[in-house]
Parts: sequence; structure tokens; C-alpha cells
Amino acid sequence: MVENRPFRDFMAYLTLVIGVIIVAFPVYLAIMASTFDTATIINGNMPLTPGDQAPENYTRALFYGGKLAREPVSMMMMNSMIMALGIAFGKILISILSAYAVVYFKFPFRKTAFWVIFITLMLPVEVRIYPTYKIVADLGLLDTYTGLIMPLIASATGTLLFRQFFMTVPDELLEASKIDGAGAFRFFKDTLLPLSMTTIAALFVIQFIYGWNQYLWPLLITTKSSMQTIVIGIKKMITTTDALTEWQIAMTTAVLAMVPPVLVVIFMQRLFVKGLVETEK
Amino acid sequence: MAGVTLDTVRKIYAGNVEAVKGVSLGIEDGSFCVLVGPSGCGKSTLLRMIAGLETISGGDIKIGDRVVNQVEPADRDIAMVFQNYALYPHMSVYDNMAYGLKNRKTPKDEIDKRVKEAARILAIEPFLDRKPRALSGGQRQRVAMGRAIVRKPQVFLFDEPLSNLDAKLRVQMRVEIKRLQKALGVTSVYVTHDQVEAMTLSDKLVVMSGGQIEQVGTPSEVYRRPETRFVATFIGSPPMNILPGKVEGPGRVSVGGQTIAVTDMRDGLTPGSAIEVGLRPEDVQAGGGAGSSSIAMDVDFVEELGATQLFHGKVAGTEFVVQASTGQIAADTRKLTLSIDPANVHLFDPQTTKRLGRD
Repeated sequence: MVENRPFRDFMAYLTLVIGVIIVAFPVYLAIMASTFDTATIINGNMPLTPGDQAPENYTRALFYGGKLAREPVSMMMMNSMIMALGIAFGKILISILSAYAVVYFKFPFRKTAFWVIFITLMLPVEVRIYPTYKIVADLGLLDTYTGLIMPLIASATGTLLFRQFFMTVPDELLEASKIDGAGAFRFFKDTLLPLSMTTIAALFVIQFIYGWNQYLWPLLITTKSSMQTIVIGIKKMITTTDALTEWQIAMTTAVLAMVPPVLVVIFMQRLFVKGLVETEK
Repeated sequence: MAGVTLDTVRKIYAGNVEAVKGVSLGIEDGSFCVLVGPSGCGKSTLLRMIAGLETISGGDIKIGDRVVNQVEPADRDIAMVFQNYALYPHMSVYDNMAYGLKNRKTPKDEIDKRVKEAARILAIEPFLDRKPRALSGGQRQRVAMGRAIVRKPQVFLFDEPLSNLDAKLRVQMRVEIKRLQKALGVTSVYVTHDQVEAMTLSDKLVVMSGGQIEQVGTPSEVYRRPETRFVATFIGSPPMNILPGKVEGPGRVSVGGQTIAVTDMRDGLTPGSAIEVGLRPEDVQAGGGAGSSSIAMDVDFVEELGATQLFHGKVAGTEFVVQASTGQIAADTRKLTLSIDPANVHLFDPQTTKRLGRD
């Protein structure tokens, strides 16, 4: 279709630009705030152009920490990274295996097993938080990475995603591999896993960000400051009672906290699209 | 090499649905056996049981001298070509063909030799590095056959392998499959619902219906002397006309008051009893002829097929089709007198639908 309507084009771009500004401006403001000192931000007249405090702010935040949350951000990022990766990989592993079992094996109570998994969808961490906390505490997993990661792995989203995908894989592929002498494990490894790469990538992105952004669970289960995640760190830096909030450090931390999820999205998106184009069942 | 023997093989699905009802069949070593029938007749189930993809509810399946009822598909020494090819989408053509051999721990140079040879036979050498998605339907079909060939199995199993191809390619691949099977001499079992494929490919044609075998024979036997009304109407295109008639006496039946002489008629049929008279559209001629009976037909319309024309109409109130070479009968003909060679009349029992010919 050939269209030459300058006014329409202009309106379309205008709407787009306004939308982008609404979404991006707070982020821009945070990035700018991370380049000034406290005084400039507090007096309410912060310029919208970059200041000269960036190197100092970032070094301080990364390696020394703020006045209130005294842990360096690098350590918090490491904690968050371990948690997010643990959740993402743990969930992929658990859910791909359980989906494989539910779809490809006939065993007693298969339907029941599926429904039990399905029901957990209705019970996010926030709902089952007390019993979960009790279990984790009784197992002595408070202030450990295992305690941070494990309860968040147990949910059905991944299993459902893989189940849906496996259902679209033609049965003949399984039968052809049976005739080709591949057993259950080899079919999984040689055929199903390579075909699932796109689904795995999608799930990784979702779960990494989910894990990285966790707030409530780490807040409950970690007490040691050495186990603190970055989201909690930011919160601690902002909520102050008797001291001046170090906004520049809080904003610096916020900017740093954005980096890994953004990188994951950018990097995985490529794999995603590539997978979407290349995979054919 | 080995033949395949089925001994009263049965398949009962959950809910007591009997898909295969006691089929016995011997497929000789090196022969090409085609199972043909309408959908749901159990032909695919039977093939899948030979492959080991379905359990056997009763009876025995033997490949060679070995009963394989409890043997895993991989250990039955068979290879199967699927309707949708079932190629591994993430593997190259080469890997697709080599996968089964790799799983069997065949030495690498042996795999390479066999894959290259199969690729040469099937003319897919230029595509060995490509993924299946980069191939056309016909090429994928060849790869699927290549995957079967490299295994050097005792039996090839084909599950409607040509149904996903367009008409022209189907004819071409049909010829190739036949040639390949003759060249390799491997016992083959081929399932199809297409009677042209069935007729052209088979040494042994097995017509199935409702989980049972209707008739086994060479294609010409099945065409010339169908044992049941089902076979008569299933094999042949357009299908055989079936007219309700009456027995007049030895070698004579009547349809709507017109007498037809019959060569192949069972002795001792009660005159006056009902009988079904089968006439192939290509076996009746327009106009009277010496030594043949004639019947009248009202023509409704004509279908042009190029070389031939199909005249649709009614004989004694029953639908009837006549096939004639183009130009033989004027297209605007409304009334036809058909002459019938007594040797071309097939008689069937209306109750049992069995052929009422000489034993």
C-alpha cells in the first residue's frame, strides 16, 4: 500500500514520541541524578544535562556503598545475580523435565500430577509466604542462597510453557527416533532440547527479570547485610529517618540495577528472534 | 532379508474398540505389499504394529522367523517412512540420515560411506549440509527414504508417504519408490488410501475394510475378480456400477426386465432371488454387439476427462456411469443402448456382499 499523507505521518510520530518521553523521562532523570552531588539534587534545581560527579558516584556506590546501606553495590549485585540466575536456571531445569514427564510418559495419576502443578499458579509467593517462610526457617535456610532461590523456583509457569510447546512437536518425531534407536533420554537430549531453545530463551528472560526484581521474599529471608540484594539496597538507601537521603548514590544504584536486566533482554532478544525464524517443527 | 508374517493379529484400543480384527497375512521376502482401504480401516494401525509403535492385543507378528511382539522398534530391523517425513528439523540432511546409525554405534567411516551412497542413489548429494526446512517436499521425501535406506533394514514400512506431495511429484516419486524397492530387493509394506498408488506399486495388494482383510491378490486379480462388493467398488476409478437384479437361470440375470448373460456365475442359485450385478464403467460399450446382452440407459450429464468421457445417468432407476473414449459417443446423447460382454459381469450376494462366481 502506498501512502503519502504527511499530516497523518506527523501525528503518528508525535504520539509515538510523547509515549516514549513519558516512559523514558524518569529513567533519564535517574541517570542524570547519578551524575550530581547531594546538594545539587536536594536544592530542587537539578539541571537536565549531565553533571561531573559521575565517576565519583559510581566508584563510591560500587565499591564503598552509601552512608546508610553500608554494603558496596557490587556485592548486592552479585547477590542479586546469583539469585536471578539460580531462579532462571533452576526453573528451566525443573519445568522442562516435569513437562517432558507430563507430556511424553504415561504413568498413573499423570493428570493429577499436571493439575497439582497447575494449581500452584494460583499460589504466588505472596500468598503462601507464611508457610514457605516457616519451612525455609525450619530447614535452616535463612540467609542462604538456597533459601532465596528454592521457594521461587517452585511454580508452574515454566512447566505450562514447555508443555504447550511439547504438544506442538509432532508425535512422528518421537516415533522416528524410537525407530532410530533413541531412548527416552536421547530423544530428550538430541531432539526435544534443541527444538526448545527458543522457549528456553524466552523463559530465561522472564525468570531472570522476575528473580532480579524480587523484593518481598529477600526482605523476609535475609537479615545479614552480606546477603542483601540490590532491590532491597535501593529501598534502604531511600528510606531514611534521621539522615539526609543520598539521592545521588540511590540513583546510581538504581541505574546499576537496571543494567543486567537490560543486557539480558538485548542479548536474549537476538537469540529469540533468530530462534523464531529458524525453528521449524 | 526376511518376509513378514501376521497371524490373527488383533488390536483393541481402550474402550473396547477393535481396530484390527484378527488379520492373517504372509508377505514374501522381497515383495512389495500394499495395504489399501478407506480411512479408519485399520491399515495404519496394522503397519504401526509391525513397526512396534503400537502394542499387539492378540496374535503374532513375525519378521523372518522371529516373533517380534515384545521387541522394541529399534531392534526389529525395520525402517519407516512417515507421511509428514518426521525429519529432525534441527539436524542437517546428513545428520538426519546418520542419526540412527550413530545410535547403533556404527563406525564413523561406515556411516559416512552409507550416507553418501544413499545420497547418490536418491540424488540428494548437493543438499547434505542443508536443514530440512531448506528443502522442497519432494527432496524431504527423498531424505526420509534415505534415512530408511542407510539402515539396510530387513523391512521397509511406508505410511502414506506420498500424500503430502502435489499430484505431479506424487507420480514421479511413486515410480522412484517402485524402482528403488526393486533395486534393493527389500521387503516393503506400504499403506495408502490411494488406489492408483496401490495398483501400481504392489506385487501383493491387500484391500482392508473395518479392521479386516477383504481380499489379497495381485493388482490384476483384485481388479479382475473382486471377491466382495466392497473391493469391487473400492478398486477401480470411476467405481464399479452396482445394479439390483434378479436371478433368471444358469448364466442369466435380469436388471429392470432386461436380461444379461453372465459367464462367471455360481451354479444352483434360485431363480427369482435378488442379486447384485456389477459392471465396470470401462467394460460396457455403447451400441449393440454380437454375443453380448444389451441394456438401456438414460444419460443425465457428461464429464469430460480429455481422453475419455464419463456419461452419468440411470439404468433401471439406479445411478450408472459409462466411460468411453472421447468421440465414441456423441456428447449430447440422451439415451444409450449398452452392450455387455458376459465375461465382464460381476455378481454379488446382496446379504453377504460376497462374490457369486464359480469356485
